[in-house]
Amino acid sequence: MSWALSNASMLGHLTGQNAYLALVPVLIGLLISLPLGIVSARWGWLYPPVLTVTSVLYALPALALFVVLIDYTGLTDTTVMIPLVIYSLAVLFPSVVDGLRSVPEPVRQAAVAMGFGTWRRLATVELPIATPIVIAGLRIACVSSISLVSVGQLIGTGGLGYLFIDGEQRDFPTEIVVGIVLIVALALVTDTVLVLARRWLTPWQRGAAATATTRRATVRAELRVRPGPGGI
Amino acid sequence: MSFFVFAWHWLAMSSHWHGSNGIPARFIEHVEYTALAMAIASAIALPAGVAIGHAGRGGLAVVSLANIWRSLPTLGLLVLAFIRTGGAPWAWLIPLVALAIPPILVTSYEGVLGVDPDLKDAAAGMGMTPWQVLSRVEVPVALPLILLGLRTATIQVVATATIAAYISLGGFGRYIIDGLASNDYGLVAGGAVCVVLLALICQFAFTGLSRLIVPAGLRQQARQS
Repeated sequence: MSWALSNASMLGHLTGQNAYLALVPVLIGLLISLPLGIVSARWGWLYPPVLTVTSVLYALPALALFVVLIDYTGLTDTTVMIPLVIYSLAVLFPSVVDGLRSVPEPVRQAAVAMGFGTWRRLATVELPIATPIVIAGLRIACVSSISLVSVGQLIGTGGLGYLFIDGEQRDFPTEIVVGIVLIVALALVTDTVLVLARRWLTPWQRGAAATATTRRATVRAELRVRPGPGGI
Repeated sequence: MSFFVFAWHWLAMSSHWHGSNGIPARFIEHVEYTALAMAIASAIALPAGVAIGHAGRGGLAVVSLANIWRSLPTLGLLVLAFIRTGGAPWAWLIPLVALAIPPILVTSYEGVLGVDPDLKDAAAGMGMTPWQVLSRVEVPVALPLILLGLRTATIQVVATATIAAYISLGGFGRYIIDGLASNDYGLVAGGAVCVVLLALICQFAFTGLSRLIVPAGLRQQARQS
Protein backbone atom coordinates (compact mmCIF):
# COMPACT_ATOMS: atom_id res chain seq x y z
CA MET A 1 0.00 0.00 0.00
CA SER A 2 2.77 2.42 0.94
CA TRP A 3 4.54 1.48 -2.27
CA ALA A 4 1.43 2.36 -4.26
CA LEU A 5 1.08 5.71 -2.50
CA SER A 6 4.69 6.73 -2.98
CA ASN A 7 4.42 5.87 -6.68
CA ALA A 8 0.97 7.36 -7.21
CA SER A 9 1.97 9.69 -10.06
CA MET A 10 3.61 6.87 -12.01
CA LEU A 11 0.58 4.63 -11.42
CA GLY A 12 -1.75 7.39 -12.60
CA HIS A 13 0.29 7.85 -15.75
CA LEU A 14 0.32 4.10 -16.49
CA THR A 15 -3.43 3.80 -15.86
CA GLY A 16 -4.10 6.66 -18.25
CA GLN A 17 -1.85 5.10 -20.87
CA ASN A 18 -3.58 1.74 -20.37
CA ALA A 19 -7.01 3.32 -20.83
CA TYR A 20 -5.89 5.18 -23.96
CA LEU A 21 -4.23 2.12 -25.53
CA ALA A 22 -7.29 -0.05 -24.81
CA LEU A 23 -10.24 2.21 -25.56
CA VAL A 24 -9.15 3.99 -28.75
CA PRO A 25 -8.93 0.60 -30.57
CA VAL A 26 -12.42 -0.33 -29.34
CA LEU A 27 -13.73 2.98 -30.69
CA ILE A 28 -12.06 2.37 -34.06
CA GLY A 29 -13.41 -1.19 -34.02
CA LEU A 30 -16.92 0.17 -33.43
CA LEU A 31 -16.56 2.73 -36.23
CA ILE A 32 -15.61 -0.09 -38.63
CA SER A 33 -18.20 -2.55 -37.30
CA LEU A 34 -21.19 -0.23 -37.67
CA PRO A 35 -21.09 0.18 -41.47
CA LEU A 36 -19.84 -3.39 -41.93
CA GLY A 37 -22.64 -4.73 -39.71
CA ILE A 38 -25.33 -2.59 -41.34
CA VAL A 39 -24.28 -3.82 -44.78
CA SER A 40 -24.10 -7.46 -43.60
CA ALA A 41 -27.49 -7.29 -41.91
CA ARG A 42 -29.01 -5.96 -45.13
CA TRP A 43 -27.34 -8.40 -47.51
CA GLY A 44 -27.31 -11.58 -45.44
CA TRP A 45 -25.01 -13.55 -47.75
CA LEU A 46 -22.14 -11.23 -46.78
CA TYR A 47 -22.33 -12.20 -43.12
CA PRO A 48 -20.80 -15.75 -43.05
CA PRO A 49 -17.64 -14.90 -45.07
CA VAL A 50 -16.94 -11.69 -43.11
CA LEU A 51 -17.55 -13.54 -39.83
CA THR A 52 -15.10 -16.27 -40.84
CA VAL A 53 -12.39 -13.72 -41.61
CA THR A 54 -12.84 -11.82 -38.33
CA SER A 55 -12.95 -15.10 -36.35
CA VAL A 56 -9.72 -16.45 -37.85
CA LEU A 57 -7.96 -13.13 -37.19
CA TYR A 58 -9.15 -13.40 -33.59
CA ALA A 59 -7.31 -16.69 -33.02
CA LEU A 60 -3.94 -15.14 -33.87
CA PRO A 61 -1.88 -14.80 -30.67
CA ALA A 62 -1.47 -11.10 -29.86
CA LEU A 63 2.25 -11.42 -29.30
CA ALA A 64 2.76 -12.92 -32.76
CA LEU A 65 0.77 -10.03 -34.28
CA PHE A 66 2.91 -7.50 -32.40
CA VAL A 67 6.11 -9.06 -33.69
CA VAL A 68 4.90 -9.10 -37.28
CA LEU A 69 3.64 -5.50 -37.05
CA ILE A 70 6.93 -4.19 -35.66
CA ASP A 71 8.27 -4.56 -39.19
CA TYR A 72 5.77 -2.01 -40.45
CA THR A 73 4.92 0.30 -37.58
CA GLY A 74 7.96 -0.06 -35.30
CA LEU A 75 7.91 -0.10 -31.49
CA THR A 76 5.04 2.37 -31.24
CA ASP A 77 1.56 2.64 -29.77
CA THR A 78 0.15 1.77 -33.18
CA THR A 79 1.73 -1.69 -33.05
CA VAL A 80 -0.05 -2.45 -29.77
CA MET A 81 -3.33 -0.93 -30.93
CA ILE A 82 -3.77 -2.69 -34.29
CA PRO A 83 -4.27 -6.19 -32.78
CA LEU A 84 -6.74 -4.68 -30.30
CA VAL A 85 -8.70 -3.11 -33.17
CA ILE A 86 -8.87 -6.57 -34.77
CA TYR A 87 -10.07 -8.24 -31.57
CA SER A 88 -12.66 -5.49 -30.97
CA LEU A 89 -13.88 -5.86 -34.52
CA ALA A 90 -14.30 -9.62 -34.05
CA VAL A 91 -16.51 -9.02 -30.98
CA LEU A 92 -18.43 -5.96 -32.19
CA PHE A 93 -19.21 -6.89 -35.78
CA PRO A 94 -21.41 -9.92 -34.85
CA SER A 95 -23.04 -7.84 -32.09
CA VAL A 96 -24.07 -5.13 -34.56
CA VAL A 97 -25.52 -7.72 -36.97
CA ASP A 98 -27.21 -9.53 -34.09
CA GLY A 99 -28.69 -6.26 -32.80
CA LEU A 100 -30.04 -5.20 -36.18
CA ARG A 101 -31.54 -8.65 -36.73
CA SER A 102 -33.32 -8.38 -33.37
CA VAL A 103 -35.58 -5.63 -34.77
CA PRO A 104 -39.03 -7.25 -35.01
CA GLU A 105 -40.33 -7.45 -38.57
CA PRO A 106 -43.69 -5.75 -37.71
CA VAL A 107 -41.76 -2.77 -36.27
CA ARG A 108 -39.73 -2.48 -39.44
CA GLN A 109 -42.86 -2.72 -41.59
CA ALA A 110 -44.65 -0.13 -39.46
CA ALA A 111 -41.76 2.29 -40.03
CA VAL A 112 -41.93 1.65 -43.77
CA ALA A 113 -45.72 2.19 -43.73
CA MET A 114 -45.23 5.50 -41.92
CA GLY A 115 -43.10 6.61 -44.84
CA PHE A 116 -39.64 6.31 -43.26
CA GLY A 117 -36.85 6.06 -45.82
CA THR A 118 -33.97 3.62 -45.45
CA TRP A 119 -31.66 6.03 -43.60
CA ARG A 120 -34.27 7.52 -41.32
CA ARG A 121 -35.52 4.04 -40.41
CA LEU A 122 -31.95 2.98 -39.65
CA ALA A 123 -31.17 6.01 -37.52
CA THR A 124 -34.44 6.39 -35.61
CA VAL A 125 -35.79 2.83 -35.38
CA GLU A 126 -33.31 0.05 -36.12
CA LEU A 127 -30.13 1.35 -34.44
CA PRO A 128 -31.92 2.36 -31.20
CA ILE A 129 -33.46 -1.12 -30.94
CA ALA A 130 -30.05 -2.67 -31.61
CA THR A 131 -28.36 -0.53 -28.93
CA PRO A 132 -28.62 -2.89 -25.90
CA ILE A 133 -27.10 -5.76 -27.88
CA VAL A 134 -24.32 -3.59 -29.32
CA ILE A 135 -23.52 -2.32 -25.83
CA ALA A 136 -23.35 -5.89 -24.50
CA GLY A 137 -20.69 -6.48 -27.17
CA LEU A 138 -18.93 -3.21 -26.28
CA ARG A 139 -18.69 -4.28 -22.64
CA ILE A 140 -16.89 -7.48 -23.60
CA ALA A 141 -14.66 -5.67 -26.10
CA CYS A 142 -13.65 -2.92 -23.61
CA VAL A 143 -12.94 -5.25 -20.72
CA SER A 144 -10.92 -7.69 -22.87
CA SER A 145 -9.02 -4.81 -24.46
CA ILE A 146 -8.10 -3.23 -21.11
CA SER A 147 -6.76 -6.56 -19.93
CA LEU A 148 -4.91 -7.40 -23.17
CA VAL A 149 -2.96 -4.12 -23.35
CA SER A 150 -0.57 -5.46 -20.69
CA VAL A 151 0.77 -8.06 -23.15
CA GLY A 152 2.14 -5.15 -25.18
CA GLN A 153 4.73 -4.71 -22.44
CA LEU A 154 6.65 -7.62 -23.98
CA ILE A 155 7.47 -5.26 -26.84
CA GLY A 156 7.87 -2.26 -24.54
CA THR A 157 4.46 -0.51 -24.56
CA GLY A 158 1.88 -2.03 -22.28
CA GLY A 159 0.33 0.49 -19.92
CA LEU A 160 -0.02 -1.19 -16.54
CA GLY A 161 1.71 -4.29 -17.96
CA TYR A 162 4.94 -2.44 -17.11
CA LEU A 163 4.31 -3.30 -13.46
CA PHE A 164 4.12 -7.03 -14.28
CA ILE A 165 7.46 -7.26 -16.08
CA ASP A 166 9.15 -4.85 -13.66
CA GLY A 167 7.72 -6.69 -10.66
CA GLU A 168 8.87 -10.02 -12.05
CA GLN A 169 12.40 -8.79 -12.67
CA ARG A 170 12.62 -7.27 -9.18
CA ASP A 171 10.86 -10.27 -7.59
CA PHE A 172 8.38 -7.82 -6.02
CA PRO A 173 4.82 -9.28 -5.88
CA THR A 174 3.23 -6.08 -4.47
CA GLU A 175 3.88 -4.27 -7.74
CA ILE A 176 2.20 -7.06 -9.73
CA VAL A 177 -0.82 -7.12 -7.39
CA VAL A 178 -1.20 -3.34 -7.71
CA GLY A 179 -1.11 -3.71 -11.51
CA ILE A 180 -3.82 -6.38 -11.49
CA VAL A 181 -6.01 -4.36 -9.09
CA LEU A 182 -5.69 -1.21 -11.22
CA ILE A 183 -6.57 -3.09 -14.42
CA VAL A 184 -9.65 -4.65 -12.80
CA ALA A 185 -10.63 -1.22 -11.38
CA LEU A 186 -10.24 0.42 -14.79
CA ALA A 187 -12.38 -2.34 -16.32
CA LEU A 188 -15.03 -1.88 -13.61
CA VAL A 189 -15.24 1.87 -14.19
CA THR A 190 -15.49 1.44 -17.97
CA ASP A 191 -18.11 -1.27 -17.58
CA THR A 192 -20.18 0.91 -15.24
CA VAL A 193 -20.05 3.82 -17.70
CA LEU A 194 -21.32 1.52 -20.46
CA VAL A 195 -24.17 0.22 -18.29
CA LEU A 196 -25.18 3.81 -17.48
CA ALA A 197 -24.93 4.72 -21.18
CA ARG A 198 -27.28 1.85 -22.01
CA ARG A 199 -29.82 3.06 -19.44
CA TRP A 200 -29.62 6.57 -20.79
CA LEU A 201 -29.83 5.54 -24.45
CA THR A 202 -32.63 2.99 -24.03
CA PRO A 203 -34.95 4.49 -21.42
CA TRP A 204 -37.77 2.16 -22.51
CA GLN A 205 -35.85 -0.84 -21.18
CA ARG A 206 -36.22 -1.08 -17.43
CA GLY A 207 -36.21 -3.66 -14.67
CA ALA A 208 -36.50 -7.37 -15.37
CA ALA A 209 -36.85 -6.98 -19.15
CA ALA A 210 -33.62 -4.99 -19.37
CA THR A 211 -31.85 -7.55 -17.19
CA ALA A 212 -32.99 -10.41 -19.40
CA THR A 213 -31.98 -8.61 -22.63
CA THR A 214 -28.54 -7.78 -21.24
CA ARG A 215 -27.99 -11.32 -19.98
CA ARG A 216 -29.00 -12.95 -23.22
CA ALA A 217 -27.03 -10.48 -25.34
CA THR A 218 -23.95 -11.07 -23.18
CA VAL A 219 -24.21 -14.83 -23.54
CA ARG A 220 -24.64 -14.50 -27.29
CA ALA A 221 -21.71 -12.10 -27.58
CA GLU A 222 -19.65 -14.47 -25.45
CA LEU A 223 -20.40 -17.42 -27.71
CA ARG A 224 -19.91 -15.46 -30.90
CA VAL A 225 -16.35 -14.85 -29.86
CA ARG A 226 -15.29 -18.11 -31.35
CA PRO A 227 -11.54 -18.34 -31.35
CA GLY A 228 -10.13 -16.76 -28.24
CA PRO A 229 -7.95 -13.74 -27.66
CA GLY A 230 -4.32 -14.77 -27.80
CA GLY A 231 -3.43 -13.79 -24.23
CA ILE A 232 0.16 -13.70 -25.33
CA MET B 1 1.39 -11.38 -46.96
CA SER B 2 4.99 -11.91 -45.90
CA PHE B 3 3.62 -13.37 -42.68
CA PHE B 4 2.24 -16.39 -44.50
CA VAL B 5 5.33 -16.71 -46.71
CA PHE B 6 7.51 -16.83 -43.58
CA ALA B 7 5.16 -19.27 -41.90
CA TRP B 8 5.01 -21.52 -44.96
CA HIS B 9 8.79 -21.69 -45.36
CA TRP B 10 9.16 -22.48 -41.70
CA LEU B 11 6.46 -25.16 -41.69
CA ALA B 12 7.82 -26.76 -44.86
CA MET B 13 11.26 -27.43 -43.38
CA SER B 14 11.50 -31.11 -42.47
CA SER B 15 13.86 -30.46 -39.55
CA HIS B 16 10.98 -28.72 -37.76
CA TRP B 17 9.03 -31.96 -37.63
CA HIS B 18 11.40 -34.02 -35.44
CA GLY B 19 12.83 -34.04 -31.96
CA SER B 20 11.89 -32.42 -28.67
CA ASN B 21 11.53 -28.95 -30.27
CA GLY B 22 9.71 -30.38 -33.31
CA ILE B 23 6.09 -29.56 -34.13
CA PRO B 24 4.66 -32.97 -33.01
CA ALA B 25 6.32 -32.73 -29.57
CA ARG B 26 5.21 -29.11 -29.08
CA PHE B 27 1.72 -30.06 -30.27
CA ILE B 28 1.42 -32.73 -27.57
CA GLU B 29 2.65 -30.31 -24.87
CA HIS B 30 0.21 -27.64 -26.03
CA VAL B 31 -2.70 -30.10 -25.99
CA GLU B 32 -1.68 -31.29 -22.50
CA TYR B 33 -1.67 -27.74 -21.11
CA THR B 34 -5.06 -27.03 -22.69
CA ALA B 35 -6.63 -30.30 -21.50
CA LEU B 36 -5.45 -29.91 -17.90
CA ALA B 37 -6.57 -26.28 -17.65
CA MET B 38 -9.96 -27.13 -19.17
CA ALA B 39 -10.45 -30.10 -16.83
CA ILE B 40 -9.84 -27.97 -13.73
CA ALA B 41 -11.90 -25.01 -15.00
CA SER B 42 -14.81 -27.33 -15.91
CA ALA B 43 -14.70 -29.01 -12.51
CA ILE B 44 -15.16 -25.58 -10.91
CA ALA B 45 -17.43 -23.72 -13.33
CA LEU B 46 -19.79 -26.46 -14.60
CA PRO B 47 -21.29 -27.47 -11.22
CA ALA B 48 -21.45 -23.82 -10.14
CA GLY B 49 -23.21 -22.70 -13.34
CA VAL B 50 -25.66 -25.61 -13.30
CA ALA B 51 -26.46 -25.04 -9.61
CA ILE B 52 -27.08 -21.30 -10.03
CA GLY B 53 -29.16 -21.89 -13.18
CA HIS B 54 -31.18 -24.57 -11.36
CA ALA B 55 -31.82 -22.19 -8.45
CA GLY B 56 -32.79 -19.51 -10.99
CA ARG B 57 -31.37 -16.64 -8.97
CA GLY B 58 -28.43 -14.28 -9.15
CA GLY B 59 -28.35 -14.22 -12.94
CA LEU B 60 -27.19 -10.66 -13.40
CA ALA B 61 -24.58 -11.13 -10.68
CA VAL B 62 -23.14 -14.15 -12.52
CA VAL B 63 -22.98 -12.34 -15.86
CA SER B 64 -21.50 -9.15 -14.35
CA LEU B 65 -18.96 -11.12 -12.33
CA ALA B 66 -17.96 -13.12 -15.42
CA ASN B 67 -17.52 -9.91 -17.38
CA ILE B 68 -15.27 -8.29 -14.78
CA TRP B 69 -13.45 -11.59 -14.25
CA ARG B 70 -12.44 -11.37 -17.90
CA SER B 71 -10.40 -8.25 -17.11
CA LEU B 72 -7.93 -10.25 -14.98
CA PRO B 73 -4.74 -9.82 -17.03
CA THR B 74 -3.24 -13.16 -18.06
CA LEU B 75 0.33 -11.88 -17.99
CA GLY B 76 -0.10 -10.38 -14.51
CA LEU B 77 -1.62 -13.57 -13.10
CA LEU B 78 1.18 -15.61 -14.65
CA VAL B 79 4.09 -13.60 -13.21
CA LEU B 80 2.34 -13.30 -9.85
CA ALA B 81 1.68 -17.05 -9.67
CA PHE B 82 5.26 -17.71 -10.75
CA ILE B 83 6.78 -15.49 -8.04
CA ARG B 84 4.36 -16.51 -5.29
CA THR B 85 4.89 -20.25 -5.85
CA GLY B 86 8.64 -19.76 -5.92
CA GLY B 87 8.86 -20.60 -9.63
CA ALA B 88 6.63 -23.67 -9.63
CA PRO B 89 6.50 -25.32 -13.08
CA TRP B 90 2.67 -25.42 -12.92
CA ALA B 91 2.28 -21.64 -12.46
CA TRP B 92 0.85 -21.37 -16.02
CA LEU B 93 -2.22 -23.31 -14.87
CA ILE B 94 -3.59 -20.43 -12.77
CA PRO B 95 -4.09 -17.83 -15.55
CA LEU B 96 -5.41 -20.46 -17.98
CA VAL B 97 -7.98 -21.78 -15.49
CA ALA B 98 -8.99 -18.19 -14.69
CA LEU B 99 -9.44 -17.53 -18.41
CA ALA B 100 -11.62 -20.60 -19.03
CA ILE B 101 -14.03 -20.11 -16.13
CA PRO B 102 -16.27 -17.22 -17.39
CA PRO B 103 -17.53 -18.76 -20.65
CA ILE B 104 -18.20 -22.14 -19.01
CA LEU B 105 -19.96 -20.57 -16.04
CA VAL B 106 -22.13 -18.21 -18.07
CA THR B 107 -23.28 -20.78 -20.61
CA SER B 108 -24.01 -23.59 -18.15
CA TYR B 109 -25.99 -21.10 -16.08
CA GLU B 110 -27.91 -19.73 -19.04
CA GLY B 111 -28.48 -23.21 -20.50
CA VAL B 112 -30.03 -24.66 -17.35
CA LEU B 113 -32.01 -21.48 -16.64
CA GLY B 114 -33.50 -21.56 -20.14
CA VAL B 115 -35.03 -25.05 -19.77
CA ASP B 116 -38.79 -24.88 -20.40
CA PRO B 117 -40.57 -24.99 -16.98
CA ASP B 118 -43.26 -27.26 -18.50
CA LEU B 119 -40.57 -29.86 -19.17
CA LYS B 120 -39.48 -29.77 -15.54
CA ASP B 121 -43.08 -30.00 -14.33
CA ALA B 122 -43.71 -32.96 -16.63
CA ALA B 123 -40.58 -34.71 -15.37
CA ALA B 124 -41.58 -34.13 -11.75
CA GLY B 125 -45.11 -35.32 -12.58
CA MET B 126 -43.67 -38.56 -13.94
CA GLY B 127 -42.25 -39.19 -10.48
CA MET B 128 -38.65 -38.09 -11.00
CA THR B 129 -36.79 -36.90 -7.92
CA PRO B 130 -35.34 -33.36 -8.09
CA TRP B 131 -31.92 -34.89 -8.69
CA GLN B 132 -33.28 -36.95 -11.61
CA VAL B 133 -34.98 -33.88 -13.08
CA LEU B 134 -31.63 -32.09 -12.99
CA SER B 135 -29.50 -34.91 -14.38
CA ARG B 136 -31.94 -36.42 -16.91
CA VAL B 137 -33.85 -33.35 -18.11
CA GLU B 138 -32.23 -30.01 -17.32
CA VAL B 139 -28.61 -30.86 -18.06
CA PRO B 140 -29.30 -32.78 -21.32
CA VAL B 141 -31.56 -29.98 -22.59
CA ALA B 142 -28.88 -27.42 -21.70
CA LEU B 143 -26.13 -29.53 -23.30
CA PRO B 144 -25.89 -27.72 -26.68
CA LEU B 145 -25.30 -24.38 -24.97
CA ILE B 146 -22.90 -25.91 -22.41
CA LEU B 147 -20.87 -27.44 -25.25
CA LEU B 148 -20.69 -24.06 -27.00
CA GLY B 149 -19.31 -22.55 -23.81
CA LEU B 150 -16.74 -25.33 -23.45
CA ARG B 151 -15.73 -24.81 -27.06
CA THR B 152 -15.26 -21.06 -26.62
CA ALA B 153 -13.21 -21.66 -23.47
CA THR B 154 -11.07 -24.34 -25.13
CA ILE B 155 -10.21 -22.12 -28.08
CA GLN B 156 -9.33 -19.22 -25.80
CA VAL B 157 -7.11 -21.50 -23.73
CA VAL B 158 -5.40 -22.87 -26.86
CA ALA B 159 -4.62 -19.34 -28.04
CA THR B 160 -3.35 -18.33 -24.60
CA ALA B 161 -1.46 -21.51 -23.58
CA THR B 162 1.45 -19.91 -25.43
CA ILE B 163 2.21 -18.14 -22.12
CA ALA B 164 3.60 -21.37 -20.65
CA ALA B 165 6.69 -20.70 -22.75
CA TYR B 166 7.19 -17.36 -20.98
CA ILE B 167 8.10 -19.28 -17.82
CA SER B 168 10.43 -21.60 -19.75
CA LEU B 169 7.98 -24.39 -20.53
CA GLY B 170 7.00 -25.87 -23.90
CA GLY B 171 4.03 -25.81 -26.24
CA PHE B 172 3.72 -23.76 -29.42
CA GLY B 173 4.47 -20.63 -27.38
CA ARG B 174 8.11 -21.76 -27.35
CA TYR B 175 8.35 -20.81 -31.03
CA ILE B 176 6.74 -17.40 -30.51
CA ILE B 177 8.79 -16.43 -27.44
CA ASP B 178 12.07 -17.77 -28.90
CA GLY B 179 11.34 -16.12 -32.24
CA LEU B 180 10.71 -12.81 -30.48
CA ALA B 181 13.96 -13.10 -28.53
CA SER B 182 16.01 -13.87 -31.64
CA ASN B 183 14.13 -11.66 -34.15
CA ASP B 184 13.25 -14.76 -36.16
CA TYR B 185 9.96 -13.90 -37.88
CA GLY B 186 9.69 -17.30 -39.54
CA LEU B 187 9.64 -18.93 -36.11
CA VAL B 188 7.02 -16.49 -34.75
CA ALA B 189 4.81 -16.80 -37.81
CA GLY B 190 5.10 -20.60 -37.86
CA GLY B 191 4.20 -20.78 -34.16
CA ALA B 192 1.19 -18.50 -34.67
CA VAL B 193 -0.06 -20.61 -37.57
CA CYS B 194 0.29 -23.78 -35.44
CA VAL B 195 -1.83 -22.14 -32.70
CA VAL B 196 -4.53 -21.09 -35.17
CA LEU B 197 -4.62 -24.57 -36.72
CA LEU B 198 -4.96 -26.21 -33.30
CA ALA B 199 -7.80 -23.76 -32.51
CA LEU B 200 -9.56 -24.79 -35.73
CA ILE B 201 -9.06 -28.50 -34.90
CA CYS B 202 -10.69 -27.91 -31.50
CA GLN B 203 -13.60 -26.16 -33.17
CA PHE B 204 -14.21 -29.15 -35.45
CA ALA B 205 -13.73 -31.60 -32.56
CA PHE B 206 -16.48 -29.87 -30.61
CA THR B 207 -18.83 -29.92 -33.59
CA GLY B 208 -18.24 -33.68 -33.80
CA LEU B 209 -18.65 -34.11 -30.06
CA SER B 210 -22.00 -32.32 -30.06
CA ARG B 211 -23.22 -34.70 -32.80
CA LEU B 212 -22.23 -37.62 -30.56
CA ILE B 213 -23.57 -36.60 -27.16
CA VAL B 214 -26.46 -34.19 -27.70
CA PRO B 215 -29.69 -36.24 -27.54
CA ALA B 216 -31.19 -36.92 -30.97
CA GLY B 217 -34.51 -35.26 -30.10
CA LEU B 218 -32.80 -31.99 -29.26
CA ARG B 219 -30.80 -31.99 -32.45
CA GLN B 220 -33.96 -32.45 -34.47
CA GLN B 221 -35.59 -29.59 -32.61
CA ALA B 222 -32.60 -27.35 -33.32
CA ARG B 223 -32.80 -28.16 -37.03
CA GLN B 224 -36.48 -27.29 -37.22
CA SER B 225 -36.21 -23.95 -35.41
